[in-house]
Amino acid sequence: MEYFIQQLINGITLGSIYGLIAIGYTMVYGIIGMINFAHGDIFMIGAFIALIALILFGLTGIALPIVLFLVLLITMLFTACYGWSVEKLAYKPLRGSFRLAPLISALGMSIVLQNYVQVSQGARVKPLQPLITGGLEFFKDSEFIVTVSFLQIFIVILTIILMSMFTILITKTDLGRAQRACEQDRTMTSLLGINVDRTISITFILGSSLASVAGMMFVLYYGVIDFYIGFLAGVKAFTAAVLGGIGSLPGAMLGGLLIGLIETMWSGYISIEYKDVAAFSVLIITLIFFPTGFLGKPDIEKV
Amino acid sequence: MLKISNVETFYGKIQALRGVNIDINKGEIVSLIGSNGAGKSTLLMTISGVNKARTGEIIFEGKNIEKYEPHNIVDLGIAQAPEGRRIFSRLTVEENLKLGAHANERGKHFNSDIKEIYDLFPVLSDRKSQRGGTLSGGEQQMLAIGRALMNRPKVLLLDEPSLGIAPKLVNQIFLAIKNINKEKKVTIFLVEQNAKKALELADRAYVLVNGKVTIQGFGQDLLKNQDIQAAYLEGGAKS
Repeated sequence: MEYFIQQLINGITLGSIYGLIAIGYTMVYGIIGMINFAHGDIFMIGAFIALIALILFGLTGIALPIVLFLVLLITMLFTACYGWSVEKLAYKPLRGSFRLAPLISALGMSIVLQNYVQVSQGARVKPLQPLITGGLEFFKDSEFIVTVSFLQIFIVILTIILMSMFTILITKTDLGRAQRACEQDRTMTSLLGINVDRTISITFILGSSLASVAGMMFVLYYGVIDFYIGFLAGVKAFTAAVLGGIGSLPGAMLGGLLIGLIETMWSGYISIEYKDVAAFSVLIITLIFFPTGFLGKPDIEKV
Repeated sequence: MLKISNVETFYGKIQALRGVNIDINKGEIVSLIGSNGAGKSTLLMTISGVNKARTGEIIFEGKNIEKYEPHNIVDLGIAQAPEGRRIFSRLTVEENLKLGAHANERGKHFNSDIKEIYDLFPVLSDRKSQRGGTLSGGEQQMLAIGRALMNRPKVLLLDEPSLGIAPKLVNQIFLAIKNINKEKKVTIFLVEQNAKKALELADRAYVLVNGKVTIQGFGQDLLKNQDIQAAYLEGGAKS
């Protein structure tokens, strides 16, 4: 039982990271109907920017909470610039082209970003010493002590805050309304005087900043990164988005959580080598029974 | 106010408009009638900047707008309620209307504007928190017109507002169009297949055949025109 609770906590932490990345996939899919394969690499860029910023601020000797807050802002800002540029360079010129074109462009962009980081930062893994240490211990009398580290609490709370802010943004603001309108009918949206290109750009900016927060969490949680982390994390987050129902925001959050839990439970009880196989198998089985994912909406429109 | 001269629009290699000339004066209701595929909707989409004219000019209040992007054209004061209504079915009625208000300086006129729309189409007020997709065809058409009006347009382009709508509601909608023109002083450019209704309502009208204007004149005169009667008013025997 204690072991299960421990795995549950680990799974929720991991799921938060996947969920934050998955939102980027699902939003971009919703609005322009393409899978942004470079999104995982945007997450990786975010992790690198966070690492660099953490080291720079770490040298100044400012108190840790302030450092974390500044690093968070800087990471989001810089990564958002990357996301925005990727959209402008690789996808916007192809809008209105055939459906596969931006997809191929996205794959190319993914390779470009990986190689760019490999060349500029080196191929070796980059370590970071644990910054947020300590935690709470439960069930001290039993054989297995359940530990909830402060870092895990930080990750989960930050995720909840960001996702709530994001949900309000999408459901209540003009920008969110414009985004939901673009999802359904871009031409009609432009006929109402809304700048569709700008709305799409903002979508990329938002998705990239959320992914960058996930990148920062990844650095803090695992302590090592390299230029290749974007691939697997990206594929997992994409799986999460599909599992929850691509195009659906609550779906992305739910999917992220599920993938995180499946992975940790499988590693905890069955075998750590096959944890990725487990995650993807669940995806396949789910899609057989729920082709649109758990919270996806089949497009039935009344005419 | 809005002058369209020698406009040609293509879909790939297919020419949809073959040099269209239309003048719309301030305060008028101008109708454009024509059969399926004549290029009526293409013309409206060209005015709105969704399809770009390959040649020709579109001049609105002295400005050439044929190269403008759709959202800039809306900012200038040309709104459209397009064919098929294109309601955002997953958004509520009120959200649809709010989207219409996006272009003008937000919040400033919003409350009074939305009240005017609800006065014009009371049924929308009853259904304001319902999703757009659950409305009937006629209600959706009212919503589409209301949404376009939220932009505070000077010219309102209407594409087949009677399409697929119960006759009783068609009358109500045409009455509302007249009202919008007379009370709100919005210039109307109406595209219709329902030629009788469109000509009755119009100050002036044009007939579009295969991407070209073939006949033009006052609405009442065209109603009596024999060619038009044969082609559009009595079952459409010849094309």
